[in-house]
Amino acid sequence: MKIDLTETTSSKINQALVSARRAVGAPAIGMVLTLVIVTDEENAYDALKAASDSSREHPSRIIAVIKRLSRSPRTRRDARLDAEIRVGSDSGSGETVVLRLHGELANHAQSVVLPLLLPDAPVVVWWPQDSPADPAKDALGALAQRRITDTYSAEHPLEELAMRAQTYQPGDTDLAWTRITPWRSMLAAALDQQPAEVVSATVEGESDNPSCELLAMWLADRLGVPVERTTSGGPGLTAVRMTTKNGDIVLDRADGSLATLCMVGQPDRAVALKRRETAELLAEELRRLDPDNIYESTVKFGVEHLDRKDADAPAKKAADPTPPAKKAAPAKKAAAK
Amino acid sequence: MSGVPGANPLRDAQDRRLPRIAGPSGLVIFGVTGDLSRKKLMPAVYDLANRGLLPPGFSLIGFARRDWEDEDFAQVVHDAVKEHSRTPFREEVWQQLSQGMRFVQGNFDDDVAFETLRATIEELDKAQGTGGNFAFYLSVPPKFFPKVVQQLKKHGLADQKDGSWRRAVIEKPFGHDLKSAQELNQLVHDVFPPNEVFRIDHYLGKETVQNILALRFANTMWEPIWNRSYVDHVQITMAEDIGIGGRAGYYDGIGAARDVIQNHLLQLLALTAMEEPGSFHPKALVAEKLKVLTAVELPEDLGKHTVRGQYTHAWQGGEEALGYLEEDGIDPKSKTDTFAAIKLTINNRRWAGVPFYLRTGKRLGRRVTEIAVVFKRAPYLPFESGATEELGGNALVIRVQPDEGVTVRFGSKVPGTSMEVRDVTMDFAYGESFTESSPEAYERLILDVLLGDANLFPRHQEVELSWNILDPIEEYWDKHGKPAQYPAGTWGPAEADEMLARDGRSWRRP
Repeated sequence: MKIDLTETTSSKINQALVSARRAVGAPAIGMVLTLVIVTDEENAYDALKAASDSSREHPSRIIAVIKRLSRSPRTRRDARLDAEIRVGSDSGSGETVVLRLHGELANHAQSVVLPLLLPDAPVVVWWPQDSPADPAKDALGALAQRRITDTYSAEHPLEELAMRAQTYQPGDTDLAWTRITPWRSMLAAALDQQPAEVVSATVEGESDNPSCELLAMWLADRLGVPVERTTSGGPGLTAVRMTTKNGDIVLDRADGSLATLCMVGQPDRAVALKRRETAELLAEELRRLDPDNIYESTVKFGVEHLDRKDADAPAKKAADPTPPAKKAAPAKKAAAK
Repeated sequence: MSGVPGANPLRDAQDRRLPRIAGPSGLVIFGVTGDLSRKKLMPAVYDLANRGLLPPGFSLIGFARRDWEDEDFAQVVHDAVKEHSRTPFREEVWQQLSQGMRFVQGNFDDDVAFETLRATIEELDKAQGTGGNFAFYLSVPPKFFPKVVQQLKKHGLADQKDGSWRRAVIEKPFGHDLKSAQELNQLVHDVFPPNEVFRIDHYLGKETVQNILALRFANTMWEPIWNRSYVDHVQITMAEDIGIGGRAGYYDGIGAARDVIQNHLLQLLALTAMEEPGSFHPKALVAEKLKVLTAVELPEDLGKHTVRGQYTHAWQGGEEALGYLEEDGIDPKSKTDTFAAIKLTINNRRWAGVPFYLRTGKRLGRRVTEIAVVFKRAPYLPFESGATEELGGNALVIRVQPDEGVTVRFGSKVPGTSMEVRDVTMDFAYGESFTESSPEAYERLILDVLLGDANLFPRHQEVELSWNILDPIEEYWDKHGKPAQYPAGTWGPAEADEMLARDGRSWRRP
């Protein structure tokens, strides 16, 4: 069921939500959190779709805040709130409110959102793109326990990453970090199996993908060894090599879905490491709402402390020592771009 | 960075995104062509792989009489997974899994087949890096049990070699009385050490059952009233709407009490009634469960406080249902119970004088499992007489299946000018607050086996204590009378209602 409200207020939206719930015959609400999505018209559809998919795992009230930019001084004076309410089958398993903020109101989004938050339930704010420089100090971000940014969508991911480290507050997290959970868990499992001391490591992936930097910083931070970041044509992350005294542990994913794990003294094994949809990333993000200390430690490690070997010397890649167990890796070819 | 020497530097207790991945290992399923294997085990293995919880190189070996090649087996698993898995099918996950799939053909008394099995395991250790860690899942009828276990021993498959493990996973029934259960335990423990034997009670893998512990020990609001001062009685029900189906051979002579009360219902009772464990270490948990099971006492007059029944020919939910004695393969003079209700008390400070009513049956009104904690009525009601006529006792109902959740029943004023109080319910549904996230019980249990986490598996002492409780009842039933009759599709025989009426109570309609 959909209700359109034009030139409305938060309290009218609240009334409409109650009557919409009555109308679909589900007065009880079992929603566990409020998810606020701050976006623009261009990205709203994809973001809402991902959020409503992830609401199957976390039934939530989804509030999309769409700021309508004003082009002329006259329209800027004309502050207006339009809302679209979706309940029942039109909105995953929760309820969705799409807010369109016109004119001056776009600068006071928190005044609209505050009355619409679920009582006593955690608030999560997600900026699919254009995240504020300091999420915790942002007017909407300040309402939330959890603030989700996505450096991958930024114009200059690495600068953005450095800024995340500067402004980090407990509760901040980034989808570029979420994307590497399967890699991290597989690498940790590999070290479980072969508890050897790692002396150095290499992370290889797309040049503009901050997930590679995060993974490299995580390894460097945890292992306390130099970690080199090299580039390839992707998709996404393509390989991680941990050099131990006994030999290399290599996790190689050339095609973005099936990876190979090579370890000394053990057969090569296939490992499913599919790149995940935004809805899955969001669902993982919403599973825990406490501060992610490992992310904090990783992002604060500092991109500048990584060994970067890309733009200036991509040709050197061919000189990389090839581990004995490694077959002709298609990733290497792709890396030539 | 630093930390305990030898500890994995990539792991950190604070890093809660990283899931518990099982170490290098494989699973051998005996009776892999069976229903359970196709509908539950194979999909559970796939779902685990899909969630990234299985180690790279995880291997699955099927053992059965069927004349299959590895490819045929992989095809069967493929079809089973596509049809029954909970999570969407993904080609790359399947590729990862299918590399480690093998099939061994043979009978359980076939020495050659077990030698092949051993060779296959060794081959997988090399090709897949399973490190010699294998769990043997015995999804076979109980009569084959001893044979398979002895064969495993004979061919050295159960030897725990340096640093690797071999585990046995067994399904109910764990015997049919105390004596047979002890024999079975002895037989299995002779081959596998007790802590490497995992008894599957799939109820304990269910989220709602694990939630009993969260509900009781993570909250403050229930504990103060979770005792004889406030609780009037507890009803634990597991009802099925189906008949015995094709299980006549197994079911006749076993009956509802042995099939369900001995394991599922007594486990639910233990979780509901036990004291708070010091930690969730398996030893701490099992200690509390054993304490409460030891404190269980049977009623003196078993004739008055236990009831058994058999369903009779009737119309059930729009279909004509056969009576138990008319089912295929059932002796028309059979005294097997398809319904059982018993009253138990627990002799400790918390529960003295609070009856626990357990009932189970086939062909009952609908399929439902629930635990209802019914509280005492308020000692004094300041309302006019008549105002609270419709008010029952407050109740907390844990719905185990289907529609998992928790219901609280309490009185509320009926809107209007007069004061009238009526029962209303407040509902928490898993499906509402955590949609689709609940893993299947078998997923959790298989993962726990691979991780060696024994918390959700009944230990042999629990099994033996449960038989201790049930055996006198079965003996009594054997010698006295015969099962009461109830039409299929109803909530059991009239005798069961009388049993509660004698105590001034009545069964909830679940």
